[in-house]
Amino acid sequence: MWEYTDKVKDHFLNPRNAGVIEDADGVGEVGSIACGDALTFYFKLDENGKIKDATFQTFGCASAIASSSALTEMVKGMTLEEAKSITNEDIAEYLGGLPKEKMHCSVMGRDALEKAIGCYLDEPEKKVEGEIVCECFGVTDREIERVVRENHVSTIEGVTDYVKAGGGCGNCHDRIQEIIDEILGTEKPALKKAPALTNLQKIKLIEESIEREINPTLKKDAGRMELIDVDGNRVLVRMGGSCASCAKSPVTLKHYVESKLRELVSPDLVVEEVQ
Amino acid sequence: MTVIYVDNNATTKVAPEVLEAMMPYFSDYYGNPSSMHSFGGNIAGAIKTARENIARLIGANPAEIVFTSCGTESDGTAIRAAIESYPDKRHIVTSRVEHPAIKNLYEILSKKGYRTSFVPVDGQGRLDMEYLFNSLSDDTAVVSLMWGNNETGVIFPIEEISREIKSQGILFHTDAVQAVGKIPLNISESGVDMLSLSGHKFHAPKGIGALYIRKGTKFFPFMVGGHQEDGRRGGTENTAAIIGLGKAAELASENLKADGYGRVSRLRDKLEHALLAKVPNAMVNGDTTSRLPNTTSIAFEYVEGEAILLMMNEHGICASSGSACTSGSLEPSHVLRAMGVPFTAAHGSIRFSLSHYNTEDEIDGIIETLPPIIARLRELSPFWKQAMEG
Repeated sequence: MWEYTDKVKDHFLNPRNAGVIEDADGVGEVGSIACGDALTFYFKLDENGKIKDATFQTFGCASAIASSSALTEMVKGMTLEEAKSITNEDIAEYLGGLPKEKMHCSVMGRDALEKAIGCYLDEPEKKVEGEIVCECFGVTDREIERVVRENHVSTIEGVTDYVKAGGGCGNCHDRIQEIIDEILGTEKPALKKAPALTNLQKIKLIEESIEREINPTLKKDAGRMELIDVDGNRVLVRMGGSCASCAKSPVTLKHYVESKLRELVSPDLVVEEVQ
Repeated sequence: MTVIYVDNNATTKVAPEVLEAMMPYFSDYYGNPSSMHSFGGNIAGAIKTARENIARLIGANPAEIVFTSCGTESDGTAIRAAIESYPDKRHIVTSRVEHPAIKNLYEILSKKGYRTSFVPVDGQGRLDMEYLFNSLSDDTAVVSLMWGNNETGVIFPIEEISREIKSQGILFHTDAVQAVGKIPLNISESGVDMLSLSGHKFHAPKGIGALYIRKGTKFFPFMVGGHQEDGRRGGTENTAAIIGLGKAAELASENLKADGYGRVSRLRDKLEHALLAKVPNAMVNGDTTSRLPNTTSIAFEYVEGEAILLMMNEHGICASSGSACTSGSLEPSHVLRAMGVPFTAAHGSIRFSLSHYNTEDEIDGIIETLPPIIARLRELSPFWKQAMEG
């Protein structure tokens, strides 16, 4: 169960300002039903240009509803300039904090507010800026860059908590890491390839792998295997015990021994049986 | 506040009879069943009775029962034993709606180079048999399919499937954690080679499970140690829990002989019918013709599950949800996604799972409390009005 603050619970169970303003000055819609949460935020200005009324409609979990409710309370009485400066951290703080996995709810609040102000100022709806990085949740590189910069997020999980990117299939994790590295200036030099094994090291490693990994397994079926020679990437072995007479030993050799040696020593190895 | 507990697929109350049976094994009878003195050794007799009770519940031979710590251990032991027994076979089969104990293990094995088939289900959660049987080959080491689904309650025809798979000489495991104790099982007449069960799903305590291993099945222990469980699972027996599991099995057997889950399923049906009648845009997830008697998964469109749960929580009602937000992941449950439940419904799916301890009054309480909660959340939701206006 999530640890929600009393304030989150209060705003969830007794949401303030839920509903629609029919003649709103600004409306901002974010999220979608597929993503699991969505918010429509409305505001109305008074004659002095201050926010007189603000309401919301939210589909989502407790923290999404609470963040929306909090936002409407926070902006009342503000000028649009003041409202613009509200960050997602401000919303979370107003609620006494949110579980980190739920920070995206506060981001949703800020985004809806920005959109609603943009709508009032008649700014053309910002096109989706940047390139979509996370296909599952439709998150762009710009959005990811923004949370890394503004929320001091430095891990993929952090990015997921704030903007959901990377929370689905996980295919974009490498790209998210690249963005984080670029911004934090910690771009790691490409990993150097493991130095090629010397012949001596290779033979030793093959021998060890056979003794430690392969023979104990073969032994369960009363079989064993002996290393005869290593010629470049050809590993010559002799099958013993029950393997010597087993019809399946060529299968064992290819499927098990070879893949094990490729995993443990070098991917280029080819195992051959000699009499 | 009184609690209305309808989350019995998550865990159940320990039956008072079970607790009573266990208590002496925490205090007076603390000996080690492996000891040579009768103070400890006598306890082996009580464990034997517990083993017989479990065997009777599923129609097995006592020697085919190995006690484990939980369903997850039983599942992991079964699959790892299967692939160790057939090291040349590199293909493993399961379904797309399994419990994480199987699902995540298969995903790890897949990364280790095993060819893995995840058999799909249809919109009602029924297994695609053609896909299953077409996926089998000489290279298949093991097939693992759950008996009853934890989220929807949908029952796979395990007896029929297992006989077909057995006839092809392939090892068959079933995760019967949700089925054991709720529906009559006769394992010896099926083609099941291994079966996992978990005590706390049928009124035994947490931390005790069992694995059925058909006589003659090749086996490698997962926990290697002493000679306990005939060398099939090392480690000193969790005596009190084993006694509790045995008692719970005895109670379940008696119950299945009597009314079984008749009363529970009538309460479940009452709940389901009333909610569907009172709440518009609600639907049942899964095949209602072949389902565990205690389970219903209901999707309430255009609202989100965590919000429903927390509002029910305010009224002491304990259920669970397949929504994304409850699990910390961002996507709804893999079971509902595999069934192709639309997002509008998947996020608002609630599972009610009943037990013998539920009363008619409790069910009436839920029927009264839940519809206004859904209505209130829909009032808050931007999609509800849109959907109603078409």
